[in-house]
Amino acid sequence: MKDVLVNLEHISKSYGNQLVLDDLNLYIRENEFLTLLGPSGCGKTTTLRILGGFEQPDKGRVIFEGQDITNLPANKRQLNTVFQKYALFTHMTIAENIAFGLKIKNKSKSYIDDKIKYALKLVNLDGFEKRMPDSLSGGQQQRIAIARAIVNEPKLLLLDEPLGALDLKLRQDMQYELIRLKNELGITFIYVTHDQEEALTMSDTIVVMNQGYIQQIGSPERIYNEPENAFVADFIGDSNIIGATMIRDRLVEILGAKFDCVDEGFGENKPVDVVIRPEDVMLVKPEEGTIEGVVTHLIFKGVHYEMEVMAAGFEWLVHSTQMCAVGTKVGIKVDPFNIQIMNKPESEDEEAAKLDE
Amino acid sequence: MNKKMLSLPYLFWCAAFILIPLFMVVYYGITDKTGAFTLENICAIATAEHSKALWISILLSLISTLICLLLAYPLAMILAHMNVNQHSFVVLIFILPMWMNFLLRTMAWQTLLEKSGVINSVLEFLHLPALNIINTPSAIILGMVYNFLPFMVLPIYNSLTKIDPNVINAAKDLGANGFDTFIRVTLPLSVPGIISGITMVFVPALTTFVISTLLGGSKILLIGNVIEQEFTQTGNWHLGSGLSIVLMIFILFNMILSAIFDKDGEGNTL
Repeated sequence: MKDVLVNLEHISKSYGNQLVLDDLNLYIRENEFLTLLGPSGCGKTTTLRILGGFEQPDKGRVIFEGQDITNLPANKRQLNTVFQKYALFTHMTIAENIAFGLKIKNKSKSYIDDKIKYALKLVNLDGFEKRMPDSLSGGQQQRIAIARAIVNEPKLLLLDEPLGALDLKLRQDMQYELIRLKNELGITFIYVTHDQEEALTMSDTIVVMNQGYIQQIGSPERIYNEPENAFVADFIGDSNIIGATMIRDRLVEILGAKFDCVDEGFGENKPVDVVIRPEDVMLVKPEEGTIEGVVTHLIFKGVHYEMEVMAAGFEWLVHSTQMCAVGTKVGIKVDPFNIQIMNKPESEDEEAAKLDE
Repeated sequence: MNKKMLSLPYLFWCAAFILIPLFMVVYYGITDKTGAFTLENICAIATAEHSKALWISILLSLISTLICLLLAYPLAMILAHMNVNQHSFVVLIFILPMWMNFLLRTMAWQTLLEKSGVINSVLEFLHLPALNIINTPSAIILGMVYNFLPFMVLPIYNSLTKIDPNVINAAKDLGANGFDTFIRVTLPLSVPGIISGITMVFVPALTTFVISTLLGGSKILLIGNVIEQEFTQTGNWHLGSGLSIVLMIFILFNMILSAIFDKDGEGNTL
């Protein structure tokens, strides 16, 4: 396992009466691509600003390479930030923008010139030295903002929804670009976004946050396939979240029908939530399914058909490459390992978090 | 067509009270009493008396503008960093005096600064030396700064509030301390506001004759006073107009300068 680079210990932060972060604990390993994912107001940007030194936590410590940097001002920290709306210096040329941090550190002119050339090449914008930021497109400006940060050779790069202002196609291109940059530079990335697809595409580790609490930490596969609660399941991708009863190990009763599953240790006759991804719902002949239902909606989505099936009083979302016309009677079947059992939320906070979505 | 009709009242106003007077000033300025064309009135600026008045006017206006800038910039920075509730109150306090008549405010300073005025009475009571600045250039500068300071504060304040806080954060993030951030980022980005403020203080200061009359006595003649006297006392409209044209050229130059720098229209907020 790689070394821990940053450690956030018991961080709390509130603005006025509003608690934004409540006893947050998180560590980030060296050379990791970690994404803070959550809806607006979940505390992800505040976490990033505390790391960057733009906010002070009310409680808790920020440990960077073993040193407590909680009270260290932003300009003394060994990390750099890429801001949401680029935040380029509009009165300077691209070269001056990129050189800013190096000039502050009194690097020699030849060193700075080399670095500018290298950084522009890295972000595929050779020859842009003399241009002004206003004459660049959003995607180009964002790449300059990244170049401006990485020439300082930070150990840690913080990215605050850097692709939020770009259109879909450009955003996808930039995602691959960021992964490439991270691999070439070997810098640790902490990335903040509310876009679950972005998080799944790029991250080594995803931290799902809501209302100042970490809901789940894990690899993209784990977060998607084994969400720990209804909030995570709902936030990451489409899902069917259904109240159910765990009858005993490996057997769950959903909407009156018994389904085999693979989860154990929830106890007997315990109320739980189950999440079933729409692509895991199999539509079969009525007599072959565990539950019978009728197709109520059908939309062609390109890769697959999106259908809604009314069965046992619940509207099931189904993704399938097989089309079933509206009105068709179908049976619903789910493989045991595709049923993810989750504990019912216990605290009121988590309940509220769920309702919020 | 209908929408164009709506602008007619203003066009009429514009013609009657701006274009025609302007035309008359130019006409008077380039003719003599017989109505013949001459450049004598304009060249009259070169005479010792007139050029001295113009020189003093420019000097005092520049000093006033500089003092305004030095006072206004820190104030504007403090205002820009306040939260909304606080700053609207402070801005109100700041603008409040502007709602009072300009002439009244200047006359109040006259009463305050007089040899046996309020300030000197207090100083005398405290056995401190009297302040003898009435009827000196210092009093005129004081009057100019007092009257025109808000015109410097507001454009600078506007340009400062337009700076994205993350741009300042970016500078700090890249290692700049408070001073470097100010010199390399905040100050350059507020230049449009500074230029606007300079124009909005320098132009009225250059042309004022009320402040110099009330606070400078009749000892210090600014170019504004000279022009006023030509119209009201000597009755030489031709010379008055000629000198006005010279002054207008100075103002025009200043306006062009500000138009080049102030593309965002910081000064249009007043």
